[in-house]
Amino acid sequence: MARFGMVIDTRKCVGCTDCVIACETENDVPNGFARDWIVQISNGKFPNAQVEILSERCNHCSDAPCVTTCPTGASHYHDIGGIVLVNHDECIGCKACIESCPYGARFVHPEGYVDKCTFCVHRVEEGLDPACVSVCPTHCMHFGDFDDPNSEVSKLLQSRKHHSLLPEAGTTPNIYYLT
Amino acid sequence: MLEITTTRHNHLIDPILHAWNWEIPVYLFLGGLVAGMMIISGYFLFKERVKEDNCSCFYLPMISFVLLSLGMSALFLDLEHKLFVWRLYTTFQITSPMSWGAWILILVYPALIANILIRPPKFIANKIPKLAEVSQKLIEHKWAVKNIGVVNMLLGGMVGMYTGILLSSLGARPLWSTSVLWLLFLISGLSGAAAFVHLIAKNVYERELLAKSDNAFLIIELFVIAMMIIGLVTSSKSHMAAAHLLLNGPFASVFWIFVIALGIVIPLYIQLLAVNHKIKHTPIAPIMVIIGGLILRFVIVAAGQHSHWF
Amino acid sequence: MNSLSRRRFLKISGASIAAASALTSMNSVVKGAQKVSEKTGKSVKGIQKIPTYCSMCFWKCSAIGYVRDGKLWKVEGNPIDPLSAGRLCPRGTGGVGAHYDPDRLKYPLLRKGKRGEEKWVQVTWDEAFEFIAKKMKNIKSQYGAESMGFFSHGIGGGFIKHLLKAYGTRNIAAPSFDQCLGPRDTAFEITYGDVIGGPERTDIENAKCIVLLGSHLGENMHNTQVQEFSKAVENHASIIVVDPRLSTAATKAKFYLPIKPGTDLALLLTWMNVLISENLYDKDYIEKYAFGFEQLKAEVSQYTPEWAYPVTGIKPELIRETAREMARYKPSTLVHPGRHSVWYGDDTQRGRALAIMSALLGNWGRKGGLINQDVFDVPSYPYPEYPKPKRENADNPNRKYPFGGAEGYTTGLREATLTGKPYPIKGWFVYGTNLLYSLPNMQETIDAMQKLDLLVVIDVVPSEIAGYADVVLPESIYLERYDELFAPYFKQPFVSLRQPVIAPPHDQKPGWWIAKKLGEKLGLQKYFPWKDVEEYLDTRLKMAGLSLKEMKEKGVALGEKPPLYFEEGWEPEFDTPTGKIELYSTHLDELGYDPIPKFTKHEEPQPGYFRLLFGRAPMHSFSRTQTNRLLTNVMDENEVWINADVAKRFELKSGDYIKLKNQDGIVSNRIKVKATERIRTDCVYIVHGFGHNSRMLKGAYHKGASDSRLITKYKVDPLMGGTGMNINFVTFETEA
Ligand SMILES: Nc1nc2c(c(=O)[nH]1)N[C@H]1C(S)=C(S)[C@@H](COP(=O)(O)OP(=O)(O)OC[C@H]3O[C@@H](n4cnc5c(=O)[nH]c(N)nc54)[C@H](O)[C@@H]3O)O[C@H]1N2
Ligand SMILES: Nc1nc2c(c(=O)[nH]1)N[C@H]1C(S)=C(S)[C@@H](COP(=O)(O)OP(=O)(O)OC[C@H]3O[C@@H](n4cnc5c(=O)[nH]c(N)nc54)[C@H](O)[C@@H]3O)O[C@H]1N2
Ligand code: SF4
Ligand code: SF4
Ligand code: SF4
Ligand code: SF4
Ligand code: SF4
Ligand SMILES: [Mo]
Repeated sequence: MARFGMVIDTRKCVGCTDCVIACETENDVPNGFARDWIVQISNGKFPNAQVEILSERCNHCSDAPCVTTCPTGASHYHDIGGIVLVNHDECIGCKACIESCPYGARFVHPEGYVDKCTFCVHRVEEGLDPACVSVCPTHCMHFGDFDDPNSEVSKLLQSRKHHSLLPEAGTTPNIYYLT
Repeated sequence: MLEITTTRHNHLIDPILHAWNWEIPVYLFLGGLVAGMMIISGYFLFKERVKEDNCSCFYLPMISFVLLSLGMSALFLDLEHKLFVWRLYTTFQITSPMSWGAWILILVYPALIANILIRPPKFIANKIPKLAEVSQKLIEHKWAVKNIGVVNMLLGGMVGMYTGILLSSLGARPLWSTSVLWLLFLISGLSGAAAFVHLIAKNVYERELLAKSDNAFLIIELFVIAMMIIGLVTSSKSHMAAAHLLLNGPFASVFWIFVIALGIVIPLYIQLLAVNHKIKHTPIAPIMVIIGGLILRFVIVAAGQHSHWF
Repeated sequence: MNSLSRRRFLKISGASIAAASALTSMNSVVKGAQKVSEKTGKSVKGIQKIPTYCSMCFWKCSAIGYVRDGKLWKVEGNPIDPLSAGRLCPRGTGGVGAHYDPDRLKYPLLRKGKRGEEKWVQVTWDEAFEFIAKKMKNIKSQYGAESMGFFSHGIGGGFIKHLLKAYGTRNIAAPSFDQCLGPRDTAFEITYGDVIGGPERTDIENAKCIVLLGSHLGENMHNTQVQEFSKAVENHASIIVVDPRLSTAATKAKFYLPIKPGTDLALLLTWMNVLISENLYDKDYIEKYAFGFEQLKAEVSQYTPEWAYPVTGIKPELIRETAREMARYKPSTLVHPGRHSVWYGDDTQRGRALAIMSALLGNWGRKGGLINQDVFDVPSYPYPEYPKPKRENADNPNRKYPFGGAEGYTTGLREATLTGKPYPIKGWFVYGTNLLYSLPNMQETIDAMQKLDLLVVIDVVPSEIAGYADVVLPESIYLERYDELFAPYFKQPFVSLRQPVIAPPHDQKPGWWIAKKLGEKLGLQKYFPWKDVEEYLDTRLKMAGLSLKEMKEKGVALGEKPPLYFEEGWEPEFDTPTGKIELYSTHLDELGYDPIPKFTKHEEPQPGYFRLLFGRAPMHSFSRTQTNRLLTNVMDENEVWINADVAKRFELKSGDYIKLKNQDGIVSNRIKVKATERIRTDCVYIVHGFGHNSRMLKGAYHKGASDSRLITKYKVDPLMGGTGMNINFVTFETEA
């Protein structure tokens, strides 16, 4: 078994949105929508404010509520690496999965089905990194298999402080941010 | 100062989640109302009130049938990929309340129809003379009528709870993820249905009975709301913030004025006076209860989407 | 008068440009991926990958365009490109949106109404050329060929530049000097006898300590610099950022110095004071290579940290601590020389201070410092000699600015047009520069344009400057055309090719075709001896030992790496009057300017006013990308950064719309407030390039506010004529 995920180094990320734009062209994301996005959190008083920049997308949760709430099975775990995907032909557009995602990672594609980050499964299957990872000019994003202790992502988690987003929401997200 | 900015501005998601619009609260409201009516009608069947010629159990199932279909239409309107709706019935997803709901509805319609068959409305019976035979047979079998009553009560209860569970299973929305939402929606459905029957019942006994039970439901509803809010404010930061959306946040005025005051407390007061024969029964109170129930669904759906983890 | 070598100056703008072009089998006008196969007549299925280089900014990373089923799909970096290393910046990735931009110019336009009214008739290319040629001939016979001026930015202008030189004028200018890096390069040329150039000679990736004054890497998205900066962050380089605003780079810094705007020179002189008084500077290096140390020492002794505190707002201890930090990592302490350096009018002197800091840290010629670069030598096309202009250039008469005009002086040319002195300028060609948004004081540009007999604008979208043109010529975008070869000075010399990836969607044409066609109309065919651009490029590439065929496949050819550091064999030679690094400039002394920079105070805002600062957002370039729907999807308007306490005082909160009014009463479009703890209380900040007023730019019209409109005041650098623009003050108008 593999468990795919990302490790993103917030120390290096500059919030340039290249990952967002690359996703849009790679995946023909309709204009006006985004499968990934940049959040900037600034805390504290000038000049000592701390700023964290996060490149966010679907966390491909291991306990994904979007999968459990889906009435048709359109939302499912892919055989490879537990990637959470939506089967367009099974989706009725009920939006239960949208309501169930604590990250707001999903949206309704203008064609009616629900869409979100696929971890670029079409690239991953060919041994490539996801588009956002491979474009990032600061090389701050890493994609790989957490079940493999020797993978780059596993090693990064072992060696650096990190956090995930809203772990208390109980979804077991698979994207980690190095701090 | 904490500043948070995002580049995301997806339709229906940002700045505040609003993927579910009017269709869902309308569906939840009608579903709740139908659930209540099924319980009431089923209870009357069980209590063998079919003997009374003007028992409301003769027309409630037909009204339920219509309202439920309206609710289902609202739900259908909400679907973004309508042509694929049949996908609901090629699978059963055991973890998905919506899948349960879809299948329960498959059972609800036969139960309603069975109830209708006990005494089909004239405009149908006239067209299909055979129906009269069927209904005659049914009435003759007491146990059949009783069982139809039980089944209607059971399914009504399930539908009523289901409308709440649908929301409370969505753990991403702190306001919804409380363990009493099913109870709130069930009780609110019952009180709405009781108010409705009170409003239209031809039988004086039934009217009086339902006015009394409505008062009981309203009192329980107030209690459940209180429990729900206490549960939220004593839970995580996110849940606390969710409660504050209702208590003193953007939804507070609608919640306090339309749901609590006009939807529960004032009609309750009026009806208490009425059942104690201090004043005459008035249609105003049940109408307020019904509208209050509708607004409750709107407030809970909207505020729930407003609530989020942080 | 100016005896300094101009060797590198000529190369700042990239290829020195001979270019040219011509002609025309329609086929080679666009030879990108084809939608329809020439052979079968059927639409082409599948994916085609075509190397080219990016033009979303002037860094010119090499890229690979992907065409899927005959439609442009995506653009990725070319892995063998030394600039991008296979990764483009957000604008490069978003270049796809420039091709699909619904607001593009589609065909040539002739002005119908008054200048600036934006009323047009659509004409054919031939009619447009006819019109232009007639006017140009008139100007030549009535006023002389030098009365034509050319404003150009970007490598694409090369062919038009060739045309105008052939026509007989040298009044050619680009905003990349006087509105950008001019003061910095002038300063380094004075100090080291050589420029910083672009791509900058900064060895960021190997630096152990990086000092950024303003340079907001990460928002300034010059690809190589950002990639190297990120490597330095990963390697735990110590980062010191000096900026009135907590920039993205500042959020990564070990030391953030929230300086009072306009006082960087004071800080630099104080740092020198600390380095010298605490004996922290690189003594051997200074002894070996530098001239004027004793004078410097004497001069900076007055600039103590205690003196600097009230001036800069930086605590004395922090100044000392950061100076020591720099010394700790010397010589691998890179004091970034900056790029957009036209701030306060004394910018060459500030550049000098940066150059001197580098010397004190022994950083020029050292690993992690300012390093050697070389160029892939591609000979220029063997053209006939250009006619010699009869008059000296009009932009810098009598060398008013002794170091000015080397690359053409934009505001000088504008001034000459406005005043008719030293002689009238009657025609302008404008290529790839939105002069109304890139030059300060928009009104002066508008007034100057009213003096013209001919204004031709070559652009890709209906920019503000196009709105004033007599003739607007729609160029195909960079992904749709051939262009000049790109061979810059860089630590890894290379040459790259721009070739069409996809055909233009309408009647847009490439610059080389425009130049050649118009050249023929003007009777200048002998300057366009090549059949088409492919022949032109192939000729030049063959002279360099390459071929067009090979370049079309690879996109990039690498040259030989030069030694980068003194340690590697780069000769420490300084082309200055003393042959040394001139801490004390003998040349400036001779000309009567301060031979060692001195701090002078700049005007400060009146109460209720705030200094207007501006800069970059990573996903936009200047005023050129605000209709690119891929980029507006991540940022579609700019915001005004206001310190949270100030915002509270004015009862403003994030998301409110206000207008900005400057000291001269100019009011901006409405702009959103960003109340933030990331900026000082005495200034506000907006991203440059937004606030478009051209109605034809539908996707950008009135979105956000334009800094350019509010920059009515500017202060000219006495040494080189650069226009300091950070000297405008704004206040808030609420009812928006
Ligand atoms: N995304 C993107 N990147 C670009 C460009 C683009 O258009 N878009 N353009 C490119 C070009 S041509 C250039 S020249 C560069 C320009 O980029 P840089 O040379 O990095 O920009 P600066 O002019 O230094 O200006 C902006 C920064 O200076 C700060 N600043 C303002 N006043 C002062 C001051 O008095 N002192 C100090 N210490 N800091 C001050 C501002 O807060 C801001 O952070 O960017 C390049 N990169
Ligand atoms: N107020 C203010 N002024 C500034 C700056 C600032 O930050 N603020 N920055 C300064 C700096 S550092 C610089 S380098 C300059 C940049 O100044 P400019 O080079 O003038 O930059 P832009 O405003 O982007 O204008 C470029 C124009 O070229 C057009 N264009 C884009 N691609 C093509 C093409 O392929 N062919 C043709 N023919 N046209 C094309 C665009 O549509 C746009 O109209 O501005 C300087 N001026
Ligand atoms: S591309 Fe990389 S650096 Fe840029 S925002 Fe995305 S993750 Fe951050
Ligand atoms: S992030 Fe949201 S959409 Fe993605 S797997 Fe988790 S719950 Fe589902
Ligand atoms: S919208 Fe589609 S994917 Fe989401 S829960 Fe409904 S059917 Fe499943
Ligand atoms: S992994 Fe692919 S789909 Fe997901 S955000 Fe990155 S580019 Fe988009
Ligand atoms: S820095 Fe970005 S916009 Fe500029 S040339 Fe490179 S990829 Fe293109
Ligand atoms: Mo620039």
